Amino acid sequence: MSAVTYARYDLLRVVRNRRFFIFSIGFPLVLYLVIAGSNKTRTLEGIPFPVYYLTGMVAWGSMNGVVSGGGIISLERSLGWTRQLRVTPLPAWAYLLSKVVRGYLMAAVTIVILYAAALSLNVRLTLAGWLLMTGLILVGLLPFAALGIMLGHLLSPDSLGPALGGLSALFALLGGAWGPLGQTGVFHDIARALPSYWLVQAGAAGLTHTAWSATGWIVIAVWAAGLTRLAMFAYRRDTGRA
Amino acid sequence: MVGLRKSFGQVKAVRGVSISIAAGETVALLGPNGAGKTTTIDMLLGLLPPDAGRISVFGLVPGAAVRAGLVGGMLQVGSLLRDLTVRELVGMVAALYPRSLDVDSVLATAGITEIADRRTQNLSGGQAQRVRFAIALVGNPQLLVLDEPTAALDVEGRRDFWGSMRGVAASGKTVLFATHYLEEADAYADRVILMARGRVVADGTPNEIKSRVGARTIRATVPGATVDELSSLPGVSAAELHGDVAVLRCPGSDAALRALLSRFQEARDIEVRGGSLEEAFIELTADEEEGEPPLEEAPVPRAEPSFDETLSSMR
Repeated sequence: MSAVTYARYDLLRVVRNRRFFIFSIGFPLVLYLVIAGSNKTRTLEGIPFPVYYLTGMVAWGSMNGVVSGGGIISLERSLGWTRQLRVTPLPAWAYLLSKVVRGYLMAAVTIVILYAAALSLNVRLTLAGWLLMTGLILVGLLPFAALGIMLGHLLSPDSLGPALGGLSALFALLGGAWGPLGQTGVFHDIARALPSYWLVQAGAAGLTHTAWSATGWIVIAVWAAGLTRLAMFAYRRDTGRA
Repeated sequence: MVGLRKSFGQVKAVRGVSISIAAGETVALLGPNGAGKTTTIDMLLGLLPPDAGRISVFGLVPGAAVRAGLVGGMLQVGSLLRDLTVRELVGMVAALYPRSLDVDSVLATAGITEIADRRTQNLSGGQAQRVRFAIALVGNPQLLVLDEPTAALDVEGRRDFWGSMRGVAASGKTVLFATHYLEEADAYADRVILMARGRVVADGTPNEIKSRVGARTIRATVPGATVDELSSLPGVSAAELHGDVAVLRCPGSDAALRALLSRFQEARDIEVRGGSLEEAFIELTADEEEGEPPLEEAPVPRAEPSFDETLSSMR
């Protein structure tokens, strides 16, 4: 038995379906090239603007990618495909894991393309900086992977698109991915409690070479645990399994 | 399966079903819509937990039998994943089973070799149905369960489908298929289990079942006949007279017709009508269920609750 072969074909489907690439990667990429490109020499909060904006667009784009991995479950449910799979030996955990992998793969493509765009705008970080930033982003995406699985089990394919787009936009906005929210005040306090804020901060770590503060790790861990729990709840409700 | 029961809210879909199937049998689960066939099959496949009763598949609980790759299922509703070719999709499912068959030979068995390289979103209904059949088959399961496999097919598609099924049943697999066509059960099963309103109402060879539900009705204008004369004709089980018009219920309609014509030369306007399955089911179940509404569509369990339902039941 090979769940890996199954997952490989599943990824082949992603590659053949170009719609995702256009919407999920296209938006952040175009925004980045246009806005960071026209503000190449400015700095914001002491950070060169192309670096600052890279962290925001990477956070938003990778969030979109990883959430859509679980979101596809909604479509496979409506096709009756998940029921068909339940009459095969594929274990439920392997199916869910394959969707997380799928989401991370999409996020990885988004991240690589945005890094390439940044390099073209003369953004230069040390290797350690790139690696730390990427590592923190991958960890910071965990809550969003669970969010995707939860919504994939709760929503119909019709409502999924707007829900995913809207939620990730809201997280991006409140987390400061679309622009700074100031260093104090209500919005700043809200932002610090959101996983998307720490995704953006992961970018800053590429320059400062300092990982998240304890608050950051706790926020990510709490969101990841909470959303995983909700995702399992949604999964059980959906499949009628105890 | 012993004493299976399942209700959805007020609807008692399955009400005490016990069935035992030997390895290698080809069994038809025959019944009208709402008889509880799909619910029974879903419980057998481990998709639905029964409210009461026990199911054992090759000595295992359904979920374990499915995980061991012993069971292949073709569900009543379902579509195919898009963006893959037919061969890729069947190969993708084959990879999940420990003892799967060669993909190309399964495509040949299902009669879809010529569309193997076509993308799954570009298939006709009949072709998609055969791909679903190939998916159920490719894991080389010991038990193959097909829930109304021909429901969406035209006459020709049905014939082709059963043509490929014959070979599979001959290979020694245990096959259980649901249908509401008596002819399909008759032609392709060794044994027919008749279900109505959530119960097994008859269980036997196709011939035994046919003699119970396959009775025909002869209608004719027969001047001068009496009810007693008519009901004593060979092949007639019951007779009614409305004026000169006789209505004969006939388990053996050929013999009845010959006798009718030789005995009553002046009989005319003769009509022979096959009794419908639904009529037969009502007859078979009428005496035990006085006061209950006749054969209602029991809602098939819905796999996919809508968003609104999901939300409201979460509140």
